[in-house]
Amino acid sequence: MSQQLDRADARVSHATGLSGTIKAFLDRVKSGDLGSLPVVVGLAIIWTVFTVLNPIFLSPNNLVNLLFDCSTTGVIALGIVCVLMLGEIDLSVGSMSGVGSAMIGVLWVNQGVPLPVAIGTAVALGALIGAVYATLRNRLGMPSFVSTLSGLLALLGLQLYMLGATGSINLPYGSKMVEFGQLMILPAWMSYTLALIPGIVMLVVGRSTNARRRAANLSAGSSTGLILKAVFTTIALLAIVFYLSLGRGVPWMFALFVALVLAMNYALTRTQWGRSMKAVGGNAEAARRAGINVRGIYISAFMLCSALAALGGVLSAARLASSSQQAGTGDVNLNAIAAAVIGGTSLFGGRGTAFSALLGIIVIQSIANGLTLLNLNSSLRYMITGAVLAIAVIVDSLARQSRASHGRG
Amino acid sequence: MSDRSQTRKAPGELLLSLRGISKNFGAVSALTDIDLDIHAGEVVALVGDNGAGKSTLVKVLAGVHQASSGSIEFQGKPVTMASPAAALQLGIATVFQDLALCENLDVVANIFLGQELNPLRLDEVAMEVRAWTLLNELAARIPSVREPIASLSGGQRQTVAIARSLLLNPKIIMLDEPTAALGVAQTAEVLNLVERVRDKGLGVIMISHNMEDVRAVADRIVVLRLGRNNGVFTPDASNQELVGAITGATDNAVSRRADRLREAAGEAI
Ligand SMILES: Nc1ncnc2c1ncn2[C@@H]1O[C@H](COP(=O)(O)OP(=O)(O)OP(=O)(O)O)[C@@H](O)[C@H]1O
Ligand SMILES: [Mg+2]
Repeated sequence: MSQQLDRADARVSHATGLSGTIKAFLDRVKSGDLGSLPVVVGLAIIWTVFTVLNPIFLSPNNLVNLLFDCSTTGVIALGIVCVLMLGEIDLSVGSMSGVGSAMIGVLWVNQGVPLPVAIGTAVALGALIGAVYATLRNRLGMPSFVSTLSGLLALLGLQLYMLGATGSINLPYGSKMVEFGQLMILPAWMSYTLALIPGIVMLVVGRSTNARRRAANLSAGSSTGLILKAVFTTIALLAIVFYLSLGRGVPWMFALFVALVLAMNYALTRTQWGRSMKAVGGNAEAARRAGINVRGIYISAFMLCSALAALGGVLSAARLASSSQQAGTGDVNLNAIAAAVIGGTSLFGGRGTAFSALLGIIVIQSIANGLTLLNLNSSLRYMITGAVLAIAVIVDSLARQSRASHGRG
Repeated sequence: MSDRSQTRKAPGELLLSLRGISKNFGAVSALTDIDLDIHAGEVVALVGDNGAGKSTLVKVLAGVHQASSGSIEFQGKPVTMASPAAALQLGIATVFQDLALCENLDVVANIFLGQELNPLRLDEVAMEVRAWTLLNELAARIPSVREPIASLSGGQRQTVAIARSLLLNPKIIMLDEPTAALGVAQTAEVLNLVERVRDKGLGVIMISHNMEDVRAVADRIVVLRLGRNNGVFTPDASNQELVGAITGATDNAVSRRADRLREAAGEAI
């Protein structure tokens, strides 16, 4: 067989077989390319501690509740991943979600606007606010830190204004909206079927990629490794679904969140837009010189972030069955940002994945949930979440230094 | 090399024509009244001391900076280089002195940045194959195209930047000190490449401080000094003339050093 295109340099050792794959993974971790490793380890520790302190924590129905709670803030964190990717920040996502929640109450409950229209309006308003932030940044060079901080206050004012004197609007119990937020569960057959899909997609896409790479005289991954990965993923997902089915099952709202994560993951890793996002976050001037519409990228990221924050607010209204002045206040803002960072999206830009929103929010909600089970109030919860965030940022900084010294950008 | 003047074709169509280009950065006039013509199938070397304005001129042509005054014509039509995208659209590709690569992305992603194949479902296999083809043409020594740029040496990065400029089949290619960090073989490959693209009918603007490289490939040598045109030379102009134009005096550090060496040699005999 002729020399493969990407195997001509004798200095590079190439991972072959399973042991090679494991060794390559360890090398990557040592050089500071940690990926989701810290958060998975952290999650294991947190779950172990809480289960020891109170076995109820690991009961299926508690985990189902946990997933319900994850979905609202998780959607907001997904938007945060977009702006962090560019090395920017949106501090107003909490207030934005509060406005989204208030719009459901005002438009749908009070004004009788059809629900889809009300949701669409809330999300569109979010997109509009995001476009304002991006324009302030593009045209006036206003740091997003400042523009979104003023946005935080202005949107909070808008939320209070919309809710008016009563301060709270109850969503009708028994409506589809509230059921979605509190009760609706995927039928068992559907959750099992969905759990099979990732493994199948992995296998099909992986095989066709390997075949194309071989045809193009490039090295291709081993098919054993691919099959092992797919089988492992499928078993893990089936086990999760089985365990949750011992309780109520997989919430629809969580399925929606995961679908958004998967869509975002595809957009960030497999499209030109995602590539441009990473490029702008890594080196905006280089991206501009490569002909990328850098301003457009900023606009898209801020619009997505605020729109997802508004959607998160809509979901939280469904979850709480009300639009209140409390929605989006307190720790929502920080939890959403912390989730993205804890999940492994770098604060320094150019590095992050959609899955960090999923993993990070599970960590944060686990802490909240576990402490509630121990009858500890929010004072302790704030302190612990704060400490976890600090640890996550320290890990991020250390990994960044290590990457710099190992030449991994 | 001696019969190069015979083998060289007469320059082709006028591609790019600058008239009275000036560029101010606040109080600093980096460029004043620059005139420059580039023809198809021609290599123009741009030389000058540090800070002469060479990179600034290239950036104006690449759409990175906008000229403060003056006009640019591309293939006879007046154009404004409002953005790098506009320059790329016209077919002007640039290798910048500072390379302008994204350190967090791998080699393939950098080469195809902004020009990805299949925007809605990136075709990684086709991009990787094309990247290897371009890199092999440049005799690149790059261990893996799937490592982030941050892990490459200076010369490897330069090769990646050059490969990227070739991707779009441009009409004009501008190389700002393309061989500054390159090894012997890679420098020779880049000079070969310059001749190859010239023979394909592209216009080439090459900036270099290495007079040997400049003489080897240039059809014309344009000298900038303190942001102004300071003469156009042919490759067979004497060193004395060139250095004089670059430094602005016949009595300069280079000629003084040469005289001193000559004297020392004379005394030794
Ligand atoms: N962005 C900028 N802002 C302000 N001044 C600048 C800027 N870019 C260049 N200059 C100034 O313009 C002048 C020309 O710089 P330029 O980079 O074009 O020089 P050069 O000929 O490429 O030099 P070298 O050989 O060192 O690369 C310098 O005096 C420099 O200080
Ligand atoms: Mg320069």
